[in-house]
Amino acid sequence: MAIFINEHTKILIQGFTGRIGTFHAQEMIDYGTNVVGGVTPGKGGTEHLGRPVFNTVKGAVAETGAEASIVFVPPPFAADAIMEAADAGIKFCTCITDGIPAQDMIRVKRYMRRYKKENRMRLAGPNCAGTISPGRAMLGIMPGHIYAQGRIGVIGRSGTLGYEAAEQLKALGLGISTSVGIGGDPINGASFKDILEEFEKDPETDVVLMIGEIGGPQEAEAAAYARDHMKKPVVAYIAGLSAPKGRRMGHAGAIVTSYGEAAAEKVEILKAAGVTIAPTPSDMGSTVAEVVSKLKSAA
Amino acid sequence: MDIHEYQAKELLSKFGVPIPRGGLAYSPEQATYRANEIGGTTWVVKAQIHAGARGKAGGVKICRSDEEIWEAADSMLGKKLVTTQTGPQGKLVSRLYVEEGTNIDKEFYLSLTMDRGKERIAVVASAAGGMDIEEISASDPDSILTVVVDPAVGMQGFQAREIAFGLGIEPELVNKFERTILGCYRAFRDLDATMVEINPLVITKEGAVVALDAKMSFDDNALFRRPQISELRDKSQEDSRETYASDRGLSYVGLEGDIGCIVNGAGLAMATLDMIKVAGGEPANFLDIGGGASPERVQKSFRAVLRDGNVKAVLVNVFAGINRCDWVAKGVVLAIEELEIKIPVVVRLAGTNVEEGRKIISESGLNLLTAESLRDAAEKAVSAAKQTPAAA
Repeated sequence: MAIFINEHTKILIQGFTGRIGTFHAQEMIDYGTNVVGGVTPGKGGTEHLGRPVFNTVKGAVAETGAEASIVFVPPPFAADAIMEAADAGIKFCTCITDGIPAQDMIRVKRYMRRYKKENRMRLAGPNCAGTISPGRAMLGIMPGHIYAQGRIGVIGRSGTLGYEAAEQLKALGLGISTSVGIGGDPINGASFKDILEEFEKDPETDVVLMIGEIGGPQEAEAAAYARDHMKKPVVAYIAGLSAPKGRRMGHAGAIVTSYGEAAAEKVEILKAAGVTIAPTPSDMGSTVAEVVSKLKSAA
Repeated sequence: MDIHEYQAKELLSKFGVPIPRGGLAYSPEQATYRANEIGGTTWVVKAQIHAGARGKAGGVKICRSDEEIWEAADSMLGKKLVTTQTGPQGKLVSRLYVEEGTNIDKEFYLSLTMDRGKERIAVVASAAGGMDIEEISASDPDSILTVVVDPAVGMQGFQAREIAFGLGIEPELVNKFERTILGCYRAFRDLDATMVEINPLVITKEGAVVALDAKMSFDDNALFRRPQISELRDKSQEDSRETYASDRGLSYVGLEGDIGCIVNGAGLAMATLDMIKVAGGEPANFLDIGGGASPERVQKSFRAVLRDGNVKAVLVNVFAGINRCDWVAKGVVLAIEELEIKIPVVVRLAGTNVEEGRKIISESGLNLLTAESLRDAAEKAVSAAKQTPAAA
């Protein structure tokens, strides 16, 4: 099962023939991902990496039945590419692009509301490393070999900090069902809560690790959701305990502007909601392992 | 990106936001000249820095004669102004804004921000003008009015009037308020701002509506399509360490500690700072190398980190994906040789080709410490920094 993508999911690459798109598309294909084609406006009808190229996402969906897409389009045009995917009936889209203007993302989010919830595309990112269901499909730019297949769901804003978690889990013999990057931008697609909902429903996920950071209200929203609606245990680490207020820490969204956005405040909110906290980034794996062993002994 | 008050006022006035008459001055002589141009009997001399709370710090002075203007300007120019928002090092005052005096009758607070929860532009107002919004939300939260704008149609007149009536504005001034609020909204939307703050927005005794102060910040991700905003950048208001790094495409934030950090990825960089704190040390900076830790970028990162004279040890933490560890390790060794770095450097590599990478580091013959894990790296860096004598 996993969530969003598996070995059968038909995947489309938006921004297929560019340098970055080409490199990562090849990596995804080598991983075993079912890449059915790509989109580059003006290059439709040609072939690239042994897959067909289309002018429009609609055309690609009609020909291939693609269900998911990944966006490598440069920042000025990325919002347009995401809306095109939503309009073409893509079910799950992840956007890797870093540097999309926040007002473009406001428009994207507003645009996606035109569709009924059951037809609405799920967007993860932008400014993320993508999504991977280890051993099945990789829709992203991560080093696939550090992810072991297993029953932990992972949600994170940051790419490399997600790799850190995957490696810690693997070293402890724990694998991942799906790891979803939701990105470091202030206005993003799916929130922590949206992904928690999916993991709660997924029969192949037992425990969820969420890796948050300073800035924004999404961790607090996720805390309330975990408290009120989840049976599965949630573990969290929040990066940026040492970040000064009002300073942007790399990610466009990693800035503390109001109460509840600092790492220490988010930790308190999550703790109060019954979420288990990994006190340091080096304890992400071991904290999950403790929760897993408690589950086993309770069973 | 932040801009100065006078720049924000100039931009906003183009969108119909009323501002007092004023002019820019770089010297006491120019300041008196500006006052004479403006006319009247009372003027305000305001230090232009990228921080608020200037009034209490002596950065805003009311003057009633040429001599007073001269003295006020002379006392501010070329000095660092320390306010509650600048940090202890303060910000250099090299520009002054001279404005006509205003007869204030009532003061209001008005701001526009990106509401991250609602994913829309939000307009926030309060009748408790002059105080900052955190004070207002602590002391008088019920006075805060909020309107959220639908991006499909933009802000509507009725929404601005709701705010005006909610603030208790007299009916004959509501139209002026509406135009001011809608002007701020259009400026926010059309210029890709992330914040517009008018504090205070005042009603004068003569019945005019005037933006007495103005602050604007802009979305760095949108500067590619706002060249007229990029031009307003004032590097003298930035931490020089950060200007150096950002000019080289590195994401850097200067901090107060003594352990320099070079990390790939913003989240991992924050986590590395956290781990240094847990290990009992203090980081000197946040630094994200960005995409691909190439030898050139590693070298640029070392240069940026070492410009900070407080740095007594450097921690390199790279989780390599596409950028293999052996390649990153070569970059680190090259940088240390070329820059003749004498202070201890702790290197933690993880990910693709990690064994080859560690081998290159340990066989380099340089003063390099390798670490297996993030915790190990932080502990080694902290103890190395403690053993390094302070730079002379």
